[in-house]
Amino acid sequence: MPNSSPHLLIVGGGLAGLSAALHAAERGARISLFSVVPVKRSHSVCAQGGINAAKNLKGEGDSPWIHFDDTIYGGDFLANQPLVKRMCEAAPGIIDLLDRMGVPFNRTPEGLLDFRRFGGTMHHRTAFAGATTGQQLLYALDEQVRRHEASGQVEKFEHWEFLSAVLDDNGVCRGICAMDLRSMEVRTFAADAVIIATGGIGAIFGKSTNSIACTGSAQSALYQQGADYANGEFIQVHPTAIPGEDKLRLMSESARGEGGRVWVPKDGKPWYFLEEWYPKYGNLVPRDVATRAIHKVVYELGLGLDGQPAVYLDLTHIPAHELDIKLGGILEIYEKFVGDDPRKVPMKVFPAMHYTMGGLWVDNEHQATNIPGLFACGECEYQYHGANRLGANSLVSCIFGGAIAGPTAVEYTRASTAAGSPRPFEQEKLRQEEINARLFASEGSENPFVIWKELGRTMTEHCTVIRVNDNLRRADAKLQELLERYRKLGLRDKTRWANPAFFFTRQLYNMLQLARVICLGALARDESRGAHYKPAFAERDDANWLKTTLASFAPDADEPRLRYQPVDISLLPPRPRKY
Amino acid sequence: MPANTVRLRIKRQAGPQAPPVWEEFEIPYRPHMNVIVALRDIAENPVTRDGRPTSTIAYEANCLEEVCGACAMVINGRARQACTALVDRLEQPISLEPLHRFPMIRDLQVDRSKLFNDLRRVKAWVPIDGTYALGSGPRQSPQDQEQAYPLSRCISCGNCLEVCPQYNTRTDYVGAAVINQVRLFNLHPTGKMHRAARLDALTGPGGIQECGYAENCVKACPKDIPLTDSIAAVNRQMVGHLWGKALGR
Repeated sequence: MPNSSPHLLIVGGGLAGLSAALHAAERGARISLFSVVPVKRSHSVCAQGGINAAKNLKGEGDSPWIHFDDTIYGGDFLANQPLVKRMCEAAPGIIDLLDRMGVPFNRTPEGLLDFRRFGGTMHHRTAFAGATTGQQLLYALDEQVRRHEASGQVEKFEHWEFLSAVLDDNGVCRGICAMDLRSMEVRTFAADAVIIATGGIGAIFGKSTNSIACTGSAQSALYQQGADYANGEFIQVHPTAIPGEDKLRLMSESARGEGGRVWVPKDGKPWYFLEEWYPKYGNLVPRDVATRAIHKVVYELGLGLDGQPAVYLDLTHIPAHELDIKLGGILEIYEKFVGDDPRKVPMKVFPAMHYTMGGLWVDNEHQATNIPGLFACGECEYQYHGANRLGANSLVSCIFGGAIAGPTAVEYTRASTAAGSPRPFEQEKLRQEEINARLFASEGSENPFVIWKELGRTMTEHCTVIRVNDNLRRADAKLQELLERYRKLGLRDKTRWANPAFFFTRQLYNMLQLARVICLGALARDESRGAHYKPAFAERDDANWLKTTLASFAPDADEPRLRYQPVDISLLPPRPRKY
Repeated sequence: MPANTVRLRIKRQAGPQAPPVWEEFEIPYRPHMNVIVALRDIAENPVTRDGRPTSTIAYEANCLEEVCGACAMVINGRARQACTALVDRLEQPISLEPLHRFPMIRDLQVDRSKLFNDLRRVKAWVPIDGTYALGSGPRQSPQDQEQAYPLSRCISCGNCLEVCPQYNTRTDYVGAAVINQVRLFNLHPTGKMHRAARLDALTGPGGIQECGYAENCVKACPKDIPLTDSIAAVNRQMVGHLWGKALGR
């Protein structure tokens, strides 16, 4: 590659980062791809059920416009509409592209792609590869990026952790500062533009359906450097996961898409409460609705299985062979971790923190953050899902966001001026090395793993399904206490080689800062919309709250400042959301 | 040993050059524990069974549902994923060792980058012309999908390489996981157009001829991939390919 070609740094090698890399490489960029794990092990592999695109192969009259309407309505009208419409229009082409890359999508007898139903729509719109669609999509993009790696256009930095952006005196992003997770060397990297694709934030909630790498640490570091963080309070709690000691393992919505039924025993008989309460959508109501229903059945009606927080997800009426072909991946997970065969006995599930609709603020066209030269795509940004994400829309938003961020970042480099002095790089490296030195010298009594446990408990209890202002105030006080205690921690393991406790402790600080954005955003928003539900303000309040929350970090006060931005509703007027 | 605790023996190594040492831990038992939970509980309070404070144990893990491939290690002598290793089904003390056939990083963490480099070597991808709109992909029967999908579930954990007598840090053998990927891409309607290049990449040092038919790989695969079938299938392709070349076709 000629040295004159644009040089991009992409942080994160899940679907969004790989999509950005692929599309940017095609436009002649040189790419350095950073990831805390080998990119093939990114959290995108955990996506199970499928990817949405209105290809209308089932004679149902589906269209990108209906997909758009379902997505906006499902998101309770909080998403800016024009880019969502573009995504829904692009989705069928994205499926074609993935198909050409060799994703083993399930097929119909005619050899066409098969589609199944998912939550929040009446159409068969979800293409799938068994029940490991995310894995298959990630592999396809990983393979294509490996091709560009073989040609020398992409260089991977796996087992490297993003620490911060390098900003020049004008606040323009000129590169990143990162740490090698083996040698622990801190290094800066210069580039013409940076794309952040660092995924979800599940670790802030302790246990979630997310992978260990989903700490939100990179987003939080950028927020603390001046990037706006939007709609942080919108957290998706997935209705069906297997409770576990280390993580809450997702049981895909596709189980219900293929006919799975949710029930609890009542008066000695199965009670299919979703089907009774929501006759039109039944078990396929959107996730926020299903989660609140399960919450009500367990905590208000006291009908959890054996008095425990659990309900049945039942597939036993579906032929085993059909289940193996369409849902094999998740059945295997249930069998391996629980020990029962879901073909024969109903699964026991409960809601679990799953996804953040909120994320780094990006503009409505270019995936550009408010920091010039810094772009974001995938779950780490806020653009596509409003107040609640529809199932199988995440994979399409990751790939679409990356397909915009890559090329627009390349465009940006053609118009931007060259980096000036090396001083911002030296300063940033010094700042990060000082943080490391302080941590190595820490001799306090607080244990980072204990602080993390308390963080997870606080956030899960107060910032998930039900939000109450008094509790949110207490939760924020607790977060401030944890930040205070963080300053008194003692790092016991001072090894300067591949030290996992050290890395975790660094991430923890960023988790605590971002947790306050979620908590205070929820406290401020006195309405109920999508996944954000306050019993004291049970209705959606468009007059006062049809607006995007923007959190910016106030360094002096060491806390977020909230402001609001109108939502672009130019295409679909808001209407009441009733499933 | 009290029944309400779990005992583990862990092979530690502070770095690539450091000598290995075994440390023993005893931690409170919790229902539904897996090896990951045990390692996390130790991390909260890293003290050995005889009360000596020690360093945190380094290991790789990410998804915790056996789909990312990260947490491979040798548990009670068997190469497997730690997330699906349930404590209730393991004999105690549970012994944990790193995979032996990869370069050591620290403790249970090893460097498996050769696996990804070998995927590059054999061109494990479908060579598309570009991401721009070129219409739909080739039609495929459900039967073809049902053959390809299981092969495509390889999580690059390396367990099949750990148990392979031919795979070590000295030879260049690519191993079963990578040969299986050649089979997968040679099956695909577009992928098979580059079948010859992939087979060429499997000749010479480290190629498919290094396989010694020990058939350990297929037993170690956590995803039940028919690895020996894949090696046999690629071997058959190779015979045809080499004859073709010899005859100048």
